[in-house]
Order: sequence, then C-alpha cells, then structure tokens
Amino acid sequence: MASSAANATPRQKLAARGLDGVTLLTLPAALLIMLLFIYPFAYGLYLSFAPKAGGWLANYIAFFSDPYLYDTIAATLNISLPVTLVSLILALPIAFRVRLLKRQRLLTTILVIPITLGTVLVAEGLLNYLGPQGWFNRTLLWLGIISHPIRLLHNYWGVFASLLITGFPFTFLLTLSYVSGIDPALEKAAATLGANARRRFLHIFLPLLVPGLAINFCLSFVQNFSVFPSAVLLGAPAGETRVISIAAYQAAFEHFDYSMGSAIAIIMGAVQLAVVVAVLAARRLFYRGSVSGAKG
Amino acid sequence: MTIASSRFDTLSLDGVSRNFGTVIALDSIDLTIRRGEFVALLGPSGCGKSTTLNCIAGLLAITAGQILLDGKRIDMLRPEDRGFGMVFQNYALFPHLTVRQNIGFGLKMRGVPKAETSRRIDEAVRLVRLQGQEAKLPGQLSGGQQQRVAIARAVVIEPPLVLMDEPLSNLDAKLRLEMRAEIRRIHNELDATTIYVTHDQDEALSLADRIVVLKDGVIRQVGTPHELYQTPADRDVAEFMGYRNQMPGVCSACANGRASILTGDRVMSGIARGDLSVGDAAVAIFRPDDLAVSTRQEGGIAATVEAIEYRGREYVGTARTPDGLPLLFRADKPVDAGNSVCLAADPAQVLIFPASGGR
Repeated sequence: MASSAANATPRQKLAARGLDGVTLLTLPAALLIMLLFIYPFAYGLYLSFAPKAGGWLANYIAFFSDPYLYDTIAATLNISLPVTLVSLILALPIAFRVRLLKRQRLLTTILVIPITLGTVLVAEGLLNYLGPQGWFNRTLLWLGIISHPIRLLHNYWGVFASLLITGFPFTFLLTLSYVSGIDPALEKAAATLGANARRRFLHIFLPLLVPGLAINFCLSFVQNFSVFPSAVLLGAPAGETRVISIAAYQAAFEHFDYSMGSAIAIIMGAVQLAVVVAVLAARRLFYRGSVSGAKG
Repeated sequence: MTIASSRFDTLSLDGVSRNFGTVIALDSIDLTIRRGEFVALLGPSGCGKSTTLNCIAGLLAITAGQILLDGKRIDMLRPEDRGFGMVFQNYALFPHLTVRQNIGFGLKMRGVPKAETSRRIDEAVRLVRLQGQEAKLPGQLSGGQQQRVAIARAVVIEPPLVLMDEPLSNLDAKLRLEMRAEIRRIHNELDATTIYVTHDQDEALSLADRIVVLKDGVIRQVGTPHELYQTPADRDVAEFMGYRNQMPGVCSACANGRASILTGDRVMSGIARGDLSVGDAAVAIFRPDDLAVSTRQEGGIAATVEAIEYRGREYVGTARTPDGLPLLFRADKPVDAGNSVCLAADPAQVLIFPASGGR
C-alpha cells in the first residue's frame, strides 16, 4: 500500500481523495453559496459589531439590557416550540395510518397545497375563518358549544393556528417518509414474538424513528422560529406575539438602524442554533444506523 | 437442553382460503401437521406457500375455513397471542438491538424473569453457535450469523410451532448447504415442529419429513420426499421434482400399471399415471438423470446435441430430436455439440401422464 502510494502520480493521488475533473462541476454551486449565503451572513455579522454609537458590543448590550427586546426570545420560543411539538405529535399517528393506505399520492397532493399557498394567503384566509363572524365561531355557536364568539385572532392562538396549518404538511410528509422507511417485516417479527401494538411502537418503531423525528423537529422548529407574516397579521405584534423577527424588522426599517437589526438577526440565529444543537446532541443517545431488518 | 417446544398434538388447516381482492391466493387448503414433524411447503413463486405460512402465523387473516390447534380455533387470534416462532426471509432482526436483546425480545414481551431470560438466551446462543457475538448489533454480523440470530430469536420462546419463510434464499450457495444442516440439527435437538417454506426442491427433499406441493393456491400432493420424488401425483409436481423432459404423444397401450406412448415415430414405455386409456393424448416425462447417451443408433431417441455443460463429475447436455423436442441428458463423457446421438430412457423411470388434467 505504502509503496504503491509512493509512485502514484499527483493526479492519481487527488483521484484517490475523490478529487477529479468532475469535482469542478461543483464550482458554480459553491460560488453561488458564497455570494448568496456566506457573504451576506459575514456582512451581517460584521454590521452587528459596528453599532451607530458605542463600543463594538453596544448592540448586544442594548438588546440584553432592554426587556422589550430580550423578551422577544421567550415570546418566539413560546410559540415555535409548542407548534413544532404539536405538529410532530399530530403527524406521527396520521403517518402510521397513512403508510398502510394505497392512495398515498392523492393525500400527499392535498397536503402539499397549503405549502404552495404561502403563509400570507393562509393568514388572510384564517383572518375571515377564525373571526367573530367566521365559520369557525358560527359553527360552535350553532352547535351550542359556546354562547358568544371566542377570540382567536390578534392573539397567541391565531399565530399558533396559522403556523400549524402552514407547517404541518411539511412535518407530516417528512414523518411519513421516515415511518415508511422502516421495514414492515420488523413489525411482523415483533408481533410473532408477542409484542402488542403499543409495545411494537414503543420498543421497535419509536427507537428507530427518534433520529428522523429529531431532524424533523429541527427543520420545522427553525421555520417556526422565524415566524413573521402570521405574527403580524394574526397575532398581537405589539403584545404577546411580538416575536424576534418583528424586533429585527423594527430596528432595521422603522429606526433605520441596520446595525441593530443585524445584531438581532444574529441573536435569532444563535438561539436557533442552540436549540438545534441541543436536539441533535440528544439524538446521539439513540441508535442511528440502518432501519431495515435485512442483512447489510 | 432446557429450551424445548411447547406441547401440542396437531395443527389442522380446515378449508383455509385467502383472497386478495378477486385473486384467490389460497383455495380451501386442508392439512394436518403432527407434533415433531418437519413439513416443507414447496412450490413456485406465487403458489400460495408464503400466504399459508402468514395465515398460520396470524399475519394475514383468512377469508374462509379455520385453523385449529389441538381442536381449538386459533385463526381469530392476533399473531402476538398465537405464540408461534417465525423466521423471516430477510431475517427482520431489530437493527437497534444487540444480538442478545434481539434473542431476548420475545422473553421480555412475555415477562419472563431476568435470571431465566438470561439463562435461556445463553442456551439459544449456544444452540445456534453464536458465542462471543452477543453484544454486536445485527448490522455487524454476516448473513449467516444474522440467520442464526433469527432462528435463536424464534426458538427461544419455546413455541409450539416454528415457521420459516424461505430462510436460506438470501445466503450464498455454500452457506445455504451449511445452514440447511444446522436447521435440521436445531429442529432435532429441540424436538420442534417446523413448517418450512421453500421453492427449492433440493432443500425440501433434504430437510423435510413431509412435503406439501402447492400450485395456484391448491395443494397438489402431500407425501414423504421419497414418495414425491418417485411417484409424483401430476405433471406439475413431476416437473417440480426434476422430471424436466417431456415428450407428448398418444397412448398406444395401457395395462397393469404400464403404458406405452407413440411420440413422433417412436414408441416409449413407462409407468402409467393418472386416468389413462388407449388413444388418449398423453405425455411421457422423465429426468435428465434417467436418459443415457448411447452410440448405438437403434432402440433409443435420435437427437442432435446442441450444447454441453461440464458439471464437475459429469456432463449435462441439451439435445433436440428431429421433430424439434428439447431433451436434457446426462453423460459421463463429453459429446461435442452438433453430433448425432442416441438417447435411451430407462423404462422403469419414465412416467406417462394423460396430456390433459393434472394442470
């Protein structure tokens, strides 16, 4: 091995590391990522350390000394974590049922529609539907469940509903792909060994699904944490749904303090990163290999 | 030996049917299996053999009939309540559990006490000769070792019945022979009752006490390996048992269990099978092994050699008669392709079936 490596040409050495002519094809993509992602991020980071007044940390000091600003972190987590958890918990049993269906494609098509509509259209729709004179309240009144319309708009629940509706299809489809990826023979084997449905879920499916569900959690959490349109349209943007993206928007476009806006955006990213890292670290405690029962 | 199979006397399938939509996968199967038997369900793919096994295991509901264990109906029970051990074609080992946890899974589900669980796992590990591999995950094992884990996991719960669904089909040829012997050894050692699904006649012949041949969801024949090999009930079973040469013609004589058939301009004699009378369309079938090459030009079937294959100790050739029938034959010496040969079939080994029926 050593002797053959010694007389290899540089080209062979590069090829052994997976670098050859084809590698050049990744250049345009690498360039694009540099221009559209790395540069703006680096520039934003730089901007956040160049405040209008004060030392290089002035923006961060300002953020963490003003409850009106730092409370937005808690407000955002307060919405995004429950929404993410609820959509995962809803998606799991539905995925378990749907994996047995023959006409999955129809269902998937129906579910993809809310994704394509976009958050703003869904928010506008909910504005009517959940309003005091909307169908939701009218149905509940007609059924006699409530005696006067309940308030579902311009508060926490409006944002919650909107995020759940727009985010659920994504969470569900991802969950479905993880659930269908598990070899059905494993469930049969567990059944013949005496495990009932509950124990098959607890002992076989759940441990195999945890890594996928963790990734799923991270992806939908990041989406939910950056909530903006529905927090403004359906929530109370000055009150309980004053999320962190609103604070960043106000700093940048109402106070024209781009530096402060950048600092808030960086803090937002740091919080997302912290949650994602925590979840992925917890995932390490579980089995993460192949989920098939067949030989490798 | 402390792992033993639970006691029962008979498992009966009584008119068991299974439809998939309009497709009839199993058509009123009747079969009785006695304790201690090794029964092979043999047939081509799609014949219903795996369906039968899944119905017995409870993984598929039956659409008619009943399954009885010592006279008690079990076809309404869920798989987890039947307690049969099953070995799957792809092993279906739990990838996140170690070998030890995999084998112990059934005991854990049954709430067997810790000390006994541990003792029985040790026993099962010794039985399948996997000592030292207990802490590994299935992904770290070879195919043969995974198969052993699957067997240990199925027998450690001491099931009345062990069900095996083509357990050797994912292994290479050498390992398949080795595991075949292992499976029979384990069956004998545990005094188990085993139902074994396979499409491989060699496997069925060498393993089973009794073979059930299925085709198109119907049982064609049940018998010992010897019975099936020597006296197949119909043409399909015969074909499946290695009678690969077929010569159609007209029955020209039939008496005392013997028959003659006029095929082309030749007359062949053999054992009469089925409902055969003179003048009926018939077919003579025989094994390549029972077709000898001779250099004499009379008293046999004239044919031209098309191809010859070396098989180590012998040669297997393909020849074609002047009227275009393909024949497989065996030879001790190579015969060049293109040569004319004379093939003689052993009249004691030729079976003559009616051309219609049996299918």
